[in-house]
Amino acid sequence: MTFHSIVKFFFACIIFCFAGTVHAEEEFPELPSPPRLVNDYAGFLKPGEVNALEQKLDAYNDSTSTQIVVVTRENIGDYEPSDYAQRLAQKWGVGQQGKNNGLLILAVKEPHGFFIATGYGMEGTLPDATLKRLFEEIIKPSFRAQNYYGGLDQVTDAIIQLMSGTYQADAKGGKASGNKAIFIFVLLVVLLAILSGLSKRGGGGSGGGGFLAGALLGSLGSGGFSSRGGYSGGSGGGFGGFGGGSFGGGGAGGSW
Amino acid sequence: MKKIIFNVIAFAFAAVSLSSCGYNSMVEKQEAVDEKWSQVQNVYQRRADLIPNLVAVVKGYAKHESQTLENVIAARARATQVTLDPDKLTPENIQKFQQAQDGLSTALGKLLMITENYPDLKANQNFLELQAQLEGTENRIAVERRSFNEAVKDYNTYIRKFPNNLTAGMFGFEKKAYFESQAGADKAPKIEF
Repeated sequence: MTFHSIVKFFFACIIFCFAGTVHAEEEFPELPSPPRLVNDYAGFLKPGEVNALEQKLDAYNDSTSTQIVVVTRENIGDYEPSDYAQRLAQKWGVGQQGKNNGLLILAVKEPHGFFIATGYGMEGTLPDATLKRLFEEIIKPSFRAQNYYGGLDQVTDAIIQLMSGTYQADAKGGKASGNKAIFIFVLLVVLLAILSGLSKRGGGGSGGGGFLAGALLGSLGSGGFSSRGGYSGGSGGGFGGFGGGSFGGGGAGGSW
Repeated sequence: MKKIIFNVIAFAFAAVSLSSCGYNSMVEKQEAVDEKWSQVQNVYQRRADLIPNLVAVVKGYAKHESQTLENVIAARARATQVTLDPDKLTPENIQKFQQAQDGLSTALGKLLMITENYPDLKANQNFLELQAQLEGTENRIAVERRSFNEAVKDYNTYIRKFPNNLTAGMFGFEKKAYFESQAGADKAPKIEF
């Protein structure tokens, strides 16, 4: 076997692996970029209606950190709407990590399906029975009358009302996280000083110290700030992004 | 003095080499499996907790179906008897657990079938709410089972890789069993009312 054929084989393997994953993920859309709360893939809404809904949900996210996401799909293959909504919400990470205060509203065109999936943190305030009632009383009649915007607008209003007072947004700019970062930084400097002192005395150990410092810096960058990215950008206007919430299969829906 | 330094270095080396053989990761992954398992048991318990109410509501409307109702109660009793500690997740134990729960699923399915014959019951607000809760619980069971299986897969794969398998053998990390997926078992069973 020549070197070239080995390389070819290697690349073929890589491509084969990726081909498999791409196919499996096809049914679940990737994270929208820039992130949006209203994702009307199936064209249920007019552009103006999308913006109005997006603005309302974005404002709600800013004030409470609770993320209500609307997704519409032409069809969802062999999945049940409940299953699909849970998997998609989990994949996108709707809601904040730890609070798990996300909610995904899924509307499917063919066949007519609907599901409101609740994150773990929403299950207490929005039990399945309550959501089932919202579906029967608001979504079913308005969707059957093809008043999709009216249904989604009313149902999100009702949810926001039920949720009132449950979650508050963390202070913007994150004072607590700032303090923590400074503390870690000071610790790092002290540690570096000790390490460099040791390596001078022992000789030849400087490589290890440098590596350790690098690793620490790296973990500071990734661990300290990544989870903040979710809604800190929200004040700038658009929606900042999802925060990594988890979904356990709660919620209700049906066929309209 | 030299001896102390040597000891410190030896200890540090042991700590590093243990972590590079994956001992710490194994502990973490095992904890993850245990946690997922308790979630699985929680959601099954949640379903069992709904059943007394459901039976009470149905009884009010469908007095002639006492056999079906008794079957559900008996199946519930059998299902709640089988609980499993996370350190006993062998294939046989999981199968036993699953059989008991599947028995309850079957009995429940039959109960919900007969409710079709009672229009008054189907219009009852209590029954509608219980029905929504039961549907939600079945969804949760499907989700937690899937996520348990993923955690087990992660753990099993990890402890069988070289050189982790040596560490795993030394410290007694054993392979854990999955939920068997029968046809479409990782999807929530469809409950039609």
